[in-house]
Parts: sequence; C-alpha cells; structure tokens
Amino acid sequence: MLDLYSPGHSPIHKLSPGVKILAMMVGGTGLFLVENLGIVAVALAAVIALYKIAGLSATQVWNQIRPVLWILIFFLGLQWWLAGASVAVFVVLRLATLLLLAGLVTLTTRASDMIESLTSGLRFLRPLGVNPAKVGLAISLALRFIPVLAQITTEVREAQKARGMEHSIVAVAMPVAIRMLKMADDISDAIDARGYRP
Amino acid sequence: MIDIQNVTLAYADRVILRDISLELSERRIAIIGANGSGKSSFARLLNGLVMPTKGDVLVDGLNTRTHGKDVRQKVGFVFQNPDNQIVFPVVEEDLAFGMKNLKFSKEDIAQKTTDILSRYNMLDMREHPAHLLSGGQKQLLAISGVLVMEPTYVVLDEPTTLLDLRNKRRITHAINALEQTVILASHDLDLLTDFDRVIVFDDGRIAIDDVPSVAIPHYIKLMS
Amino acid sequence: MDTKSIVYIALFAALTAALALFPPISFAGLALPPITAQSLGVMLAGALAGSKRGGLALLLFVVLVAVGLPLLSGGRGGFGIFAGASGGFVLAWPISAFVIGWLLERAPQAGFVKMAAIIAFGGIVVMYAIGIPWMALVANLPLTKAVTIMLAYVPGDLVKVVLATFIARGVRRAYPTL
Repeated sequence: MLDLYSPGHSPIHKLSPGVKILAMMVGGTGLFLVENLGIVAVALAAVIALYKIAGLSATQVWNQIRPVLWILIFFLGLQWWLAGASVAVFVVLRLATLLLLAGLVTLTTRASDMIESLTSGLRFLRPLGVNPAKVGLAISLALRFIPVLAQITTEVREAQKARGMEHSIVAVAMPVAIRMLKMADDISDAIDARGYRP
Repeated sequence: MIDIQNVTLAYADRVILRDISLELSERRIAIIGANGSGKSSFARLLNGLVMPTKGDVLVDGLNTRTHGKDVRQKVGFVFQNPDNQIVFPVVEEDLAFGMKNLKFSKEDIAQKTTDILSRYNMLDMREHPAHLLSGGQKQLLAISGVLVMEPTYVVLDEPTTLLDLRNKRRITHAINALEQTVILASHDLDLLTDFDRVIVFDDGRIAIDDVPSVAIPHYIKLMS
Repeated sequence: MDTKSIVYIALFAALTAALALFPPISFAGLALPPITAQSLGVMLAGALAGSKRGGLALLLFVVLVAVGLPLLSGGRGGFGIFAGASGGFVLAWPISAFVIGWLLERAPQAGFVKMAAIIAFGGIVVMYAIGIPWMALVANLPLTKAVTIMLAYVPGDLVKVVLATFIARGVRRAYPTL
C-alpha cells in the first residue's frame, strides 16, 4: 500500500501505533504549554535524536521540513516584524519540532497497522453506535477507489482532449462524477451480492 | 433449479420484464437480447439483487424475497465491469471478503485463496494491488471472488464485453471449465454455441427459448 | 447504515484524494495563489452525498491523511499536517461538508444562487472560522493578521464555489436517483 512508511526494525518501529500516537499528542500539547525557547530547543534536539534511534537519515529529517520551508520562512519574517527576533525563532522552532514529531510517527508506522489499531480501538465507541467492521469496510473501499478514480479521470480527460476540452474542469468533472456514481451503485450491489450484511 | 413464476418487473411506470415464467435446470444457459431488452435486470432477479414487482423467484425452493442470504450464497454473481465488483485494494483481501461474510475460518480462507489463485495461474499476485492487474486478470479475480463462496449457480452479466479478444478467450475458457450451473447474459454469440439452452429477450418478453442452433439465427434475424 | 451509504462515504473520501492529482490552476498575472482542486471535493461531498454521508466521507479522508497516506495535494500526509499552519482547514473539511449537506437538505428546490450561497457558507465561512484561529494559534499570529493572509485565498475559493455549484446541479440532473 502506498504510504510514507520507512521500513526498519528500531524500538520505535516496534512500538504499537496507539502508544506512538498517544505519546505524540502528549508531547505536542506539552510544547504548546511551555513558553520557553530553551525547552523548545531541547525538545527539538530530542526529536532529532529519536530519528537517529529509529535509524532515519538526516535527509529524512530534512524531508519533513522541506515541503513547508517557505511557510516557516514566511512566519519567521512575519513574527520578527510583529514581535521581535526571539519570539520569531521560538515560534518557528516549535512548529518545526511538532512537524518532526508527527513525521516520526508517520515514518515508523505502516498505514495498514495504523488502520488496524484504529479499527480495533473503535470497539470502545460501539456504545455510541460506531461499528468497527463498517469503518474497516469504508477504509478499504476508499483505498480501492482512489486508483480507480484516477483512472476514470485520465480516461475522461483523454476523451475531452479529443474535443479540445481537457482543460475545462466542468467538462471533465461532470462525466467523472456520473461514472463514479454509477460505479458506486454497482459496487454496492456487488457487496450485497457477495453476502455482506450491514 | 431456479424457478421464475409469473415475474413482472417495473421501475416507476417503466416496465422492464412482462410476466415471465421459466424453469432453469440446464447446466449452461445463455440469455441474449439487445441493450435494454431486460436481460441484465433478469440476471439480477436470480440472486435477489432485484426483487420482482409481481411474481416470485425460487432458487432450489428458496424464495429470493424471504431467503435473501441463502440465495446469495447459492447464486454467485459476476458483473460486467470487474472494477465495480472488486471491493478490496489487495487481491487476497478481496477474495477473503465474501468468505468472511460466510464466516469461514482463517485457515479455510487461506487454503481456498491458494486453491483458486493457482487454478487461474495468479498465485504470485496474491499480495498485488488489484488495480495493477490486467483487464482479464481483474475479471478472473472477480470470478474467483464468487467461486470461493462455493455457489451452486454462477450468474454472469456480460463478463466479456469490456475485454479484448485474447482476454475474452481466457474468460470463456474459465467459464466453460466451471462445474457449477452457469447462467450467462452476453452479446458474444460465438461464446454460446456449446450451451444447452439460449433464451432471447426482446422488450421485456421471451422471444425464443431453444437450443443455440435454433435460437441464435432467430436472434440475428430479429436484430436485422 | 446501509451498504450504499458506506460505499458513498468511501467514494467521496476517495474523490477528495483523487482531486489532489489535478494540476493546480494558476491565474497567471492576477497574482493569486494557485487553486488546488481538493476543497472542491469537500463542497461536492456535501452537495451530492448529503450531510451525514458527506461529513463522514471527509472525516474518513482526514483519518486516512492522519494515518500517513500522502493524499493531500503535493503528496503530503501524516500527523504533521495538523501541526502545520493549514491543519485547521483540513480538520474543518468534515464540518464544512456536513454543513453544506445539512443546509441543502433544507432547501431541496434551491436555485443556482441560493445553492452557491450555501456552498460558499459551508466551504468558505465555516472552513475559515475553524482554519484561521488554528493558524493563528500554531503560528502565534494575531487573529487579524491571519485573517489578512487568508483574504488572498477568497477569490480562488469563490471560483471553486461556482464550479461546485455547476457540477452539483449538472450531476443531480443527470443522476436524479442520487
């Protein structure tokens, strides 16, 4: 399955997804409670150390930051102008630490494991009317649909290209939407035909 | 045997099937007819996906209205477009879906998955994402997903329409090798020459019901 | 919940994901930020699948992003999204879709303008009401500054509202059994 997982056998990889998510939430909330540049700097160093423990490279640390780099720089400048240099550095370091912490969970946990522990965790929501089996079915279906939709979109764009309309969002979206709704009706028949009882 | 008793099917004021009565007991039965002749709706009646507006459909004595679950296990259904039938992203997950609905054991599921995949030479695709399979392989997966549920009847709704000639042959070969009773709705007339019985639908009625050598020429004449 | 609802929920979650593949449209010369098609998925889910299905579809999408699937445009995903400046907007998507569906269910005969107004309310007002304070918190900005930044995105979002209204009306006509 396509995900952002980076295979490995470190202690962090082996932790259960639930534990990692909980630790991340506690850590993330904690970062918002402290207003101290020193503590944030220590936290950042600690998170980078965790990357090292997980056997991840400096490139992977950088990859977490790179997509949002321009936003960080923008905020750095804005804060500098609004509140001065030390606040600006503090805010941007805190943001970077949070991103790295979250990225660590994503890199060391398979999406399928995460989904599995999620659906099993949903057992506790049963009294609220949540059915874990149905959630599991919806997740699998969504993953199944993504490539199919991408393919339908490509086909429709080719067809519209022949009419010179491949850049018209409406001319592409309308047939795609209608085909996918037809597919949804058929697949829901197919699920019933294969003995599924909601 | 599937027993269709005085079945009428209508959506709102549009009548799809008009008072059809049939007994299906042959091993290879084909349903042919123009687009919109009602053959697809007829196929869907056989496993309770569609309920008749009037009349009843009995599968080995079980009414589709009251025994939906049992009927669906007895009558497997293969759709025209395998993309609309494959429910799960990975081949083995998809095969397991129907078996889990029938509460098969884990070991049983694993064994049947191996059996069916080796039958169609797809064993090395067990952990493949379904969307990377070829059109023919997808249709074989769709058929496999039905067969692992051990149905007595297999209904196929134009399973070869979207395929190229080579894959058409592959699927035809697979259909001919089925030990189950096969009810096939199709436009591919050359698939049907070995069948026991061909039923031609026209405008919601049965135009002819005979052996292929009689029914197919009649159908061709009807269409021209 | 019936099979069809589960399928629709999965479908609109997948649609929002697939829209990430659409190349962003840039309005060269107008100095506007590029429009990514993804929030179109939010509007369409609300307008076509309804409040409950649409809202759950986007909730499912958010969960899939959170568990690390790279489904946001540019191949982004993972928990980090929510720690970032745009995290609040993504979290607002399920609520936006729900609100659009809920309002449209109460105005089934809505004409083009009314429908567009409803989609704009859910897809812009509700979304910004959640996304902007989140951005202000994460980036430690005064609320007014965050509002100023987001004003630049309003024209693009208005274009999406019009597109979503066009598409939703067309699809509803072509697929009346929806």
